Amino acid sequence: MFAMSNEKQDSKKECCKKSAEGELFQIIERRENTQPDWIEGFIVNGNRKIPVVSKTLKFSDRLDSWKARWSSFRMRFSIDPGLYAVGNPDAQSEVLVSANYKLSFDRLRSRLDGVNAWILVLDTKGINVWCSAGKGTFGTAELVNRIKYEKLTELISHRRLILPQLSAPGVSAHKVKKDTGFRIIYGPVRANDIAAFLKNNKRANPEMRRVRFNMSDRAVLIPMEMMQSVKYLLLVSLVFLLLSGLNSEGYIFNDIPDEGLNAVILMFIAYLSGGVLTPLLLPFIPGKAFSLKGLIVGIVLMGGIAIFSHKYPGLFRSNIDLLSWFFITPSISSFLAMNFTGASTYTSLSGVKKEMRFAVPAQIVLAVVGITLWVISQFI
Amino acid sequence: MFDLKYISGVATLQLDSDKCNGCRMCLYVCPHAVFDMDRKKAVVVNHDSCMECGACAMNCPEGAISVHAGVGCASAVLQGWINETEPTCDCSGESACCG
Repeated sequence: MFAMSNEKQDSKKECCKKSAEGELFQIIERRENTQPDWIEGFIVNGNRKIPVVSKTLKFSDRLDSWKARWSSFRMRFSIDPGLYAVGNPDAQSEVLVSANYKLSFDRLRSRLDGVNAWILVLDTKGINVWCSAGKGTFGTAELVNRIKYEKLTELISHRRLILPQLSAPGVSAHKVKKDTGFRIIYGPVRANDIAAFLKNNKRANPEMRRVRFNMSDRAVLIPMEMMQSVKYLLLVSLVFLLLSGLNSEGYIFNDIPDEGLNAVILMFIAYLSGGVLTPLLLPFIPGKAFSLKGLIVGIVLMGGIAIFSHKYPGLFRSNIDLLSWFFITPSISSFLAMNFTGASTYTSLSGVKKEMRFAVPAQIVLAVVGITLWVISQFI
Repeated sequence: MFDLKYISGVATLQLDSDKCNGCRMCLYVCPHAVFDMDRKKAVVVNHDSCMECGACAMNCPEGAISVHAGVGCASAVLQGWINETEPTCDCSGESACCG
């Protein structure tokens, strides 16, 4: 009995869901083995078939996200651009615009509990919202074209689009309005706040509009940054290994494992200092320039190692060997920390240029002095 | 106390308040709360927080805002130096990977 009445209500509701052109929205129930597997079914409207996407992430989605974070290559995790649906939207439902980077899209769809909406996915070449907006691929032209290509006006009766706030560097709201008639409402920075934003009459509070860069935000970016610089670490380590055979008696291959391994371990410490420690502890390290922060962490670490080597002699050949690492480690640490500006959410181009004018020459001088001292230390 | 503030006094952001129509768009799009309203006009209240993303200038219907927009990314600047071009950021698509 109960089920029957429910069914009746549903069919009653279904009967009134029509698109702007008067076509009925019909939901095709969840199908097994859809490709890709995050598509749960389809909404059929006239001769259109719009995929309905799942609001929960599967294990395979989480695996994608993990792989994307660790990949050092131009590995794209992209989905097909176009129109998608979440829940059971109709002609009055909101249209959320997103990028075709799978991580961006997954984050959005997994935060839409209880929401019926359309998702318009732009072709951002598999790049996230903020980066693609900066490049202009998440831009006015792509949005205007996509609105027309997907014939949005046939489907929905209103003229509003909700864009992620971080797409604003690429999209000119007044131009989109002029070209298509659609008014752009900038939503919150984080997909987490979308549901609250929609409930709150599409108003974002100041907190939703601020970009953050807290410990966990920084931590997830570290793997990719590290993977991008690991090839340099290996290359420089190899050079140190080859150089470590050099001494006053010529070139001794048997010295390489002993002397060279020390150098490789110290290189790795420098790499962790600039690539992991400095990004993680960013706000707690003095200075504003990232290169300076990395330099400080490198010096402090070397100070710790010097104290340690005082208690356990034999780690360094001589004081000159130890001294050389007070130049090499901070130089590498400073350089890697400086590269983290690209991952940060608050550095300006003008600021980065300013810090680099001092930092890059300083890093080169430190490295040259350090390596020279290190080579000298092998001869005495 | 441990607020993340970058190098001060360098941002190229400029706002011509005379042109401002008070639409508040710059307040909505700025990720670092650089703007506020004062007597129905936008004003810059936090110039040093500007990261030059260009969102405000892009969305100002009156063209009252100018900023030399770009990504604050050292490896992009380095690439630009080497290739003698503008900073180019060809990143692999991580969140904020290049600014």
